[in-house]
Amino acid sequence: MSTDRVALVTGGSRGIGAATATALAAAGHAVAIGYRSDEPAAAVVQRQVEDAGGRALPVQVDVADPASVDAAVTGIEAELGRITIAVNNAGITDDGLFIRTDPEHWRRVLGTNLDGAFHVIHRVAPGMLRARWGRIVNVSSVVGLMGSAGQVSYASSKAALVGLTRSLARELGTRPITANVVAPGPIETEMLAAAGDERAAQLAALVPAGRLGRPDEVAAAIAFLCSDAAGFINGAVLPVDGGLGMGH
Amino acid sequence: MERTDILDAVYDACVEILKVDKAELGEGTSFAEDLDADSLALVEVVMQLEEQFDLRIPEDDLDDVATIGAAADLVASHLAAA
Repeated sequence: MSTDRVALVTGGSRGIGAATATALAAAGHAVAIGYRSDEPAAAVVQRQVEDAGGRALPVQVDVADPASVDAAVTGIEAELGRITIAVNNAGITDDGLFIRTDPEHWRRVLGTNLDGAFHVIHRVAPGMLRARWGRIVNVSSVVGLMGSAGQVSYASSKAALVGLTRSLARELGTRPITANVVAPGPIETEMLAAAGDERAAQLAALVPAGRLGRPDEVAAAIAFLCSDAAGFINGAVLPVDGGLGMGH
Repeated sequence: MERTDILDAVYDACVEILKVDKAELGEGTSFAEDLDADSLALVEVVMQLEEQFDLRIPEDDLDDVATIGAAADLVASHLAAA
């Protein structure tokens, strides 16, 4: 099943991004695995995709830097073709109480999580317009709408992705290009592991299912939003959080 | 570059992007009123011309582009300045 489309997944070497790269490859797309620093991990994802008969290309990119994004996209398009699926998953946290968050930390988190999505979409959207088809999925978080003590920069960046996405959905909807948000809850990733076992257990207890989510469960939602079948879903915020954020 | 060549390029971009018949197009054809093109469509036409002529036209310059002739003038002025 090949659809001949080219996808870019930022933050694709680990966690949700790695699972998304695998899922999109399984759906028949050639996948560029964007990674900032973990080249070995990106190579592992590439091998997994190729072992399953798919096509993947690891690409170093710092999404916070528009020149880096430009170079990465130029390289991907030369190698694989025009990108018509963009999954903005690259994200960082720099947790700490608001009162102790200095402007540099704030800027760094926003620079990757929000500016990074802007840089990638800005670079690939003209190609989607020309192709008259596109799928943009921005990976937000349940905390974008819930708020989270100690995560003011992270939560702010994730909430801002909703405004970015919905404005794009309105601007590009006639082309037909869709832009959607996936908002994961606590997922078993290195990012969550860094918060410690105790915190992970606390979060799991808040989820109706009483457990953490898996990266592949988020990837399945992202892959669906990138499919032709999801062509009438636009500007949505799809929670994949086991019900943690219900009501917001 | 002759202006007629530029005009031809604008016609071609309109045919490709706006899916209109070339025979219907003239210098005075209005993007919005005659071709039902929205602001994004106009940007797409300009993007194609930028690529074709290796130009970068600032966003603010697009405000005055209402007709095909104006688009050709805009490209011509940027080519002359390049």
